[in-house]
Parts: sequence; C-alpha cells; structure tokens
Amino acid sequence: MDFKFTEENLQRIEAARKKYPTALAAVMDTVYIAQEQNGYISDEVMSEIAAVLGIDKVNVLSVVTFYTMYHTKPMGKKHIQVCTNVSCMLRGGQEIYDMVCERYGLKHMGVSEDGKISIEEVECMGACGYAPMIAINEDFYENLTKEKVNEILDALQ
Amino acid sequence: MEKIVLPEIKDLHLIEVYENNGGYSAAKKAFARSTDDIIDEVKKSGLRGRGGAAFLAGLKWSFMPKTTNKPKYLCINGDESEPGSFKDRQIFEYNPHQLIEGILIASYAIGANTAYIYIRGEYHKWVKMMQKALDDAYAKGYVGDAMKATFGTDFSCNIYVHKGAGAYICGEESSLMNSIEGHRGYPRVKPPFPAQNGLWGCPTTINNVETITNVPWIINNGWQKFASIGAEKHPGTILYGISGHVNKPGVYELPSGMLLTELIYEVAGGVPGDKKIKCVIPGGSSMPPLRGDQLEGIRMDAESLKAAGSAIGTAGIMVMDEDTDLLKVLLRIAKFYHHESCGQCTPCREGTGWLEKILKRLASGKGTSSDLDLLITVANNIEGNTICALGDAAAWPVKFMVARFRDEFEKYVNKEIQLPVKNKVHAMRGTAVPLADIRH
Repeated sequence: MDFKFTEENLQRIEAARKKYPTALAAVMDTVYIAQEQNGYISDEVMSEIAAVLGIDKVNVLSVVTFYTMYHTKPMGKKHIQVCTNVSCMLRGGQEIYDMVCERYGLKHMGVSEDGKISIEEVECMGACGYAPMIAINEDFYENLTKEKVNEILDALQ
Repeated sequence: MEKIVLPEIKDLHLIEVYENNGGYSAAKKAFARSTDDIIDEVKKSGLRGRGGAAFLAGLKWSFMPKTTNKPKYLCINGDESEPGSFKDRQIFEYNPHQLIEGILIASYAIGANTAYIYIRGEYHKWVKMMQKALDDAYAKGYVGDAMKATFGTDFSCNIYVHKGAGAYICGEESSLMNSIEGHRGYPRVKPPFPAQNGLWGCPTTINNVETITNVPWIINNGWQKFASIGAEKHPGTILYGISGHVNKPGVYELPSGMLLTELIYEVAGGVPGDKKIKCVIPGGSSMPPLRGDQLEGIRMDAESLKAAGSAIGTAGIMVMDEDTDLLKVLLRIAKFYHHESCGQCTPCREGTGWLEKILKRLASGKGTSSDLDLLITVANNIEGNTICALGDAAAWPVKFMVARFRDEFEKYVNKEIQLPVKNKVHAMRGTAVPLADIRH
C-alpha cells in the first residue's frame, strides 16, 4: 500500500523543517504528521518520511521505535490511556485501569475488533494533582472516579 | 505574598493582558545592559534550577564560551515526566509570555540566537497553548528578526517549540538535545558538557521552564528582592506540586524553604480522614522517600532536604497515608524506571528489570529473606555506574524505601522458602575474590 503525504501536510513538514539546521531534526514532527494522516507508522510510511526529508530510513525507524507515542500498528479510533503511576495509583488509578480493561475485554495496547477502542496503561502524564486521570486521544480527563470514567466512556459510543 | 511565576492575574496568558501588566518591559531593560551584567544579576539573585539538580542558573550561563564562531543555543526543558511533577504545564497554560520573555533575556545573556522549548508529547493541549503564545509574540514583534526594531537592539532570537513523543529520559539534558536533533533519546557521556559541545556540537545551555520564568521578575525587581524571599541558599518561590493522599492536591507557588508539614497539613488541607502519614516523597518519584515520623522540621529547600536524607528534585510532593501498601508503590516505581530506561547502559537496563522482578516476587508471596538485601545490592550496582542519572533515579527509591521501611517489607518475606543453593557469587561480589574462583 502506497503512502503519500497530502499537499497540506507537505507544507507543514516544510515549516517544521525550517525550525532546525538539519533535516533529521524535523523527523519527530514529520512522524507525528504522518501518524495523524495514516493512523500509524507502517514500513511504507517510514520510507516516505525518509524520502521527503532526504534522510536514511534507518533514522526514521530508530525514532519510531524509541518513542512510545508513535505506533507501528493501528490503534483504536479512541485510544484510551489510563495512568497507573504513583500519584494516580494512590487515588484509584489502578482500579480504573482494571475496570476499563474489563469493560472492553482488552489488555495493555489491545485494540477492539471493530477498531474503535484501544487501551494503554500509560506512565505519569503530569496530572498528579488532578489524579486519577485518563486521556482519550489528545484530551485529558482529570479528578475522576469509576463512575465518572464510565460516564465518559458511555458518551464515546 | 507576591507571586513571581504564576501571578493571580486573570487571562494573563493573553498577550494584551501580559503587556498591560508590564509584560516584555524586563526584556527591554535587559537589552540595554551588558550580557555580563545580566549574568551577574541572576548569579547574585541565587536563582537555582527548578528541574531537579538545583544548580545556580547564573553560574550555568557563565559557562557558555564568550568567543566562538559556532552558533549558540538555549534549550528549555519542559519534558516534565517525573512522576509527581506537574508544575510546568501551569506555566504553559497561565503565564506563557513570561516564559518567552525569560527565554529572550537568557538567550541574550548567553548569546544564543535560537531557543527550543522542549515539551513532552502527552501535553498536546499545552503544546498548542505555548505555540499560540509564541505566534502572538512573533506577530507583535517580540521574537525573531522584528524584535530588533521593537526593542531597539541588534540582538535577535528565534524560539521554536519541539514536541517530545513519550520518553521520560528526554528530560535528561543531553538526551533532550539528542531528541531535538532527531535521534533516539540517548543520554550523552559528559564531559564534554553542553556549554562546550551541545546541540549539533555547538555551545548550549539547558534550563528548566520554571527557572527561566523567574528571570524577567529578577530583572524588573533586582536581585536583592529575589534573594530575600524564602530560604537563604535556595531563594525565590517554588511551585510545589502536592499530590497523593491530601485533601487539596495541586500546584502552589510559595516561598522556598516552607515546612513540609505546613505544606501538607495547611496548604494542601491535610490527609483525608485525618489519617497518619506513612511516607512522603518530597521531589518526584526518584527522590529518596521520607518516613512519616521524620517530617517534623524538614524544610523544602535543597540544603534542608539533603540534611534530611532526600533531595528537592522538582518539588513534586507525594503523600502516602498509613494504609498505603509501600510494596505496591515501590513496585510501581520500579516498573516505571524499567520501562523508561533507554537501554544504553547495562547496569540500568538489566538492573531496573531485576529490581522489578524481585519486587514482583515479594508481592507474589514468594520472596525470600535475602531478597531485601538483594534489592539494595542491585540498586547499589546501578547507582553511579551509568551515563546519566536515570540509574540513580531508579536506585534511590528502592534503596531508601527498603532501608527506611524495612519493617514494612519484612512482612512480605516468606520465611519458609530457603534458597536451595546459596548464591555465593552474589555474596562474594563485594570482595576481591575473582569470580572464576567462586564455585557453587
């Protein structure tokens, strides 16, 4: 399956490229843009990123496999991230994570069959004072209880 | 008390409101002075880094070479991934222009024409907020080439936001630079230090978001006033992030050197259900934990916490009440560092894994009496043997938690399990006997 950046995204990549003295430095921004367009970073996507930036594909691969926010397989349309690190754990984060897993019958990094939901147990998201928290895609939901989480998830359907 | 970093002014994140409250006047004042003068002012103010190491900011700036034919860079560390820290996002949200102004002044002082603000990837919302503030500042001619005319100076500086992508290690300064350059976030061996050999091999200074946000206030109010706030050797205000078992968790800007007990019981409203405190981690999860019965008299500044056997870190205070299962907490911390180890150094890559495995064994009820000592041995073998401080950060909580709460952990030891063969290699490791001479 071929992957090509849209014209608009090519312009965004060009803008990112201008922030740095080297093309390689724009790789993280470019991978984000690619992930936004394609949903995940496949082998073809990596080839295209390398071609657009004029860098070696191995540089793209090394970045994609290092940072946890880049996904090499499709994730759910709604990617639910639950923090279970200390501050959240002390206020019930682990129980919320277990509940969310049970609700969808999924485990860490699992994707539902219809591709709508995926779950990730994340490390500290920097919301410790508003614990426990979950994030859905890019949005944070803070000061939660199990009931509130269920309400938020009900609204996803 | 006057707030320095997060003044209580409505809509201060809007550039017009910031301007109406004296915004960008500190930069104008600074550009009229010599760079040495600015560095000297910040040095005398006693401003210390708020990112963990509490290093003198002015001193750090003075390490930058005066004469070089290479470009110089400033990096602002907003990776903020330390569990228990959530202060920088308040600045991105409520006072981004003071950060930008601080960056302009710092860049001027060290002679950098490019600055990068590194913000952790999970902070999508705050990346956008910071970018918006930056766009506004560009539009008004406070940043970039236009600033020459605006401020009547021949200095100019471009500021860019670099978004991370989920790696705790990128909060380490050399790893942060590798990440900006488009590499994996692997820490670099020091020396050479960033001031000599940083971003793309050029002189670079890395400062924390909160540190830099203090700078415009210091220029406006003078070093004497800043130095008179809070603890003598660690002056200024600190954004205390209080989380865990307290009634009113959150970020509070207060003078440095506050009593830990005052912060927990008065500022954060005490422990729910008036329970006793079992354990407090005073500066983010990598700092040595303190026992609840040793909190009296401890102040939140670098010196006082050092004397108490811990460190200020990012001033992210995590409070745990008497019912907390410390083994669970420590296991979670160990899991975090295992997950976040970049894998470059063997002691950290393997050691963090073993710490987690041993703690898991204890949690499953199969822990043996030697496991507690083994945890400390493994931690000791990580500490100081790695390129960056993540090794120490992983070792400290384990080492000090087990040592300071030994009674708690003894409960998990299954005394019926005896190791079939005594691990002689392990027992002899601290001696001079060659490993080949030890037979099982």
